[in-house]
Amino acid sequence: MATTTMSDFRVDPVSGFKIHRTANTLVKANAFAAVVFLLVGGLFGLGVALTRMPGVQLLKPEMFYMFLTAHGIIALMVWIIFFEIAVLYFLGAHVLNSRLATPRWAWLQFWLMIIGAAMTAVAILQGGSSVMMTSYPPLTAAPHFYLGLILFAVGALIGCFVFLGTLVIAKEEKTYGEGSLPLVVFGGVTACIIAIFTIASGALILIPTFLWSLGLISHIDPMMYRIVWWAFGHSSQQINVVTHISIWYLIAALVFGAKPMSEKVSRGAFLLYILFLQFGSVHHLLSDPGLSSAWKIFNTSYMIYLAVLASLIHGLTVPGSIEVAQRKKGMDTGMFTWIRKAPWGNPVFSGMFLSLIGFGFIGGITGVVMSVEQINMIIHNTMYLPGHFHGTVVAGTTMAFMAVTYWLIPVVFQRKIALAGVAKLQPYIFSLGSFVFSIALMGAGTMGVQRRSADMFFAGQPLAYEYPEIAKGMMSIGEIFGVVMAVGAVMFIVVVLASIFAGERIPEGSAPWPKVEDADVVAEKSGKKHIGIGGFEAPGTFVFAMILFVTIVLYYFINFKYLSTIWTLS
Amino acid sequence: MGTSYTPPTNPDWWREPVERTELLWIVLAFAWCVFMFGWMIGWHWIGNQNMNNEAYKTTPEAYSKKVADMQAQYAVRKDEATGEDVVAPPPGSDVYLAGMQWQWRPILELQKGKSYRIHLSSLDVVHGFSLQPENINFQAYPGYEQVFTATPNKSGTFAIACGEYCGGGDAFGHHTMLGRIYVKE
Repeated sequence: MATTTMSDFRVDPVSGFKIHRTANTLVKANAFAAVVFLLVGGLFGLGVALTRMPGVQLLKPEMFYMFLTAHGIIALMVWIIFFEIAVLYFLGAHVLNSRLATPRWAWLQFWLMIIGAAMTAVAILQGGSSVMMTSYPPLTAAPHFYLGLILFAVGALIGCFVFLGTLVIAKEEKTYGEGSLPLVVFGGVTACIIAIFTIASGALILIPTFLWSLGLISHIDPMMYRIVWWAFGHSSQQINVVTHISIWYLIAALVFGAKPMSEKVSRGAFLLYILFLQFGSVHHLLSDPGLSSAWKIFNTSYMIYLAVLASLIHGLTVPGSIEVAQRKKGMDTGMFTWIRKAPWGNPVFSGMFLSLIGFGFIGGITGVVMSVEQINMIIHNTMYLPGHFHGTVVAGTTMAFMAVTYWLIPVVFQRKIALAGVAKLQPYIFSLGSFVFSIALMGAGTMGVQRRSADMFFAGQPLAYEYPEIAKGMMSIGEIFGVVMAVGAVMFIVVVLASIFAGERIPEGSAPWPKVEDADVVAEKSGKKHIGIGGFEAPGTFVFAMILFVTIVLYYFINFKYLSTIWTLS
Repeated sequence: MGTSYTPPTNPDWWREPVERTELLWIVLAFAWCVFMFGWMIGWHWIGNQNMNNEAYKTTPEAYSKKVADMQAQYAVRKDEATGEDVVAPPPGSDVYLAGMQWQWRPILELQKGKSYRIHLSSLDVVHGFSLQPENINFQAYPGYEQVFTATPNKSGTFAIACGEYCGGGDAFGHHTMLGRIYVKE
């Protein structure tokens, strides 16, 4: 066993976390790299938005496709996976009061991911690799485009094993007591398991494709590529879902002293993710030849929608745990007092709750509907897709990561949040942008506008086609709010950089945040035994859940109604 | 006691009863999940918009020969916009449509209310068949030939855009890729 001394650790006086200094440095490094890549990826995204805006059309096609490839890879993979590694190290080391396993391997993870991301970015900017994030053969990119991705993935894989090693140490050294892992760490384990599956799939397809780009393999079957690639491409989004749901639970606990309504239900839902979430890769293959309907239906439904069930459960239990905590703390009157009196000016909470709404109502509902085998035919590869996944990855995941960053800066970087006024406003601006952007693009996609196109007007083509006027209007509105979203992202980055470089230092041993009492402790002191209305502990949340339920049912049948009006296909 | 970031205070948390709000929601949500699963299967019987599972392996050479043969046999007139052949295969016949950088060819003429066996493949990279304004979208691969039966229920001029990014390397024409289907009354 490695020898550790007390000076390797400091204690956070509010959360009580025993913070391993080396682990803390690695969390800082990965989170900082993530934010830098968010800035880079976001700027490429801004270029894409300004080109798709019908009145502006900023970039020439060649530049547009380069920007779109760079935006996809840097924003969707690099920013998010760097941040996820930071979250895993935080969950393994900080939350469990443990030292981080094999810090030197962790540094190897960091540098491999930096070198890999930089290598792929250079390949894209050199111009010969504008093949989109998905890089479907027979389109070819430069060999270092693939090699960079492979190095990045190997780095991430090392990060997963450092996290698992840390869990082993924590259990061995009894740093968190004798019992089960805390729920948020259980969520981290779920994310880690899915990440390992994801990275293995990526290696399985990107290594042969790299060899093909070097001329060492003669042929990559384009359909085989798409099937295996999506086991990587879609699954990586499932890591995001699991990570941001863990962050929702974490923030509910940090801000409200909440605990899960039921450990069994929340953990069971995470278990459903481990078992069934990966099936969702098939969402991308529903309009492909040579795959049977039975296979498509089984997989696209995550086996009878059991992974959707898991998301619906988390969607209730996260706000439900907040409601229960608020009621225990005395806000037990009426249906919605608990949410009205929530700290809406605290970006840690407002960001988390907006992420919950955005992911549930925008990303979640549309994701379930568009992945129906038949509905997919009227949605596949239209602008609906970027609309949908900005609802999941931007309104959901990115907003959640931003919210937890506001909490982490004082704890991990030991700096007060600078520009607190900007931080307070930021979740609202960013969410407004991402919500309207997503909905408008989905509207345009329903009208047929195709994604990944440099010119929605087909300018100068003899076989002309014009999309309906309303679709053009949707694109204008969507991309204007795309700019609003970019402004929100820049506000976040400015607050982060100002805080960690110029924010007021928080001396060791001082409280980074005001103390939050556990809701249970407050309830015990006040002698409160029963909460809620009519035997329901979280009646307000149940009303919210029913609104979601009715929305999804209506939206599902509206889409089938629309489907039934098109050409007969069999 | 405890929160989501501390271990469960009750080591026997598996035996704790589930609160009523959660239980009701789980039952409701699961019922909806089962319904959606059943509906997707059921639409294969009650619905008129389903994918055919018919597909074949092919090669760009073999497929382009089929396209050329059909074009030679059923060309009926020249298209006003491009001067190319407009091909009008008889109802019920096999119609071969090819995606290539950067067009969908040949230009087709179909009849409303009649069924056609439409074959779809690519001669170079991955393309996306996207019929507008119907907004029907399929993936088209080189080397794979997908077959589905389509019955137009509206007449008019339809465009085929490309739904999959198809312009790498030194040339970028994906956004210019179009084809056309005329549907007669």
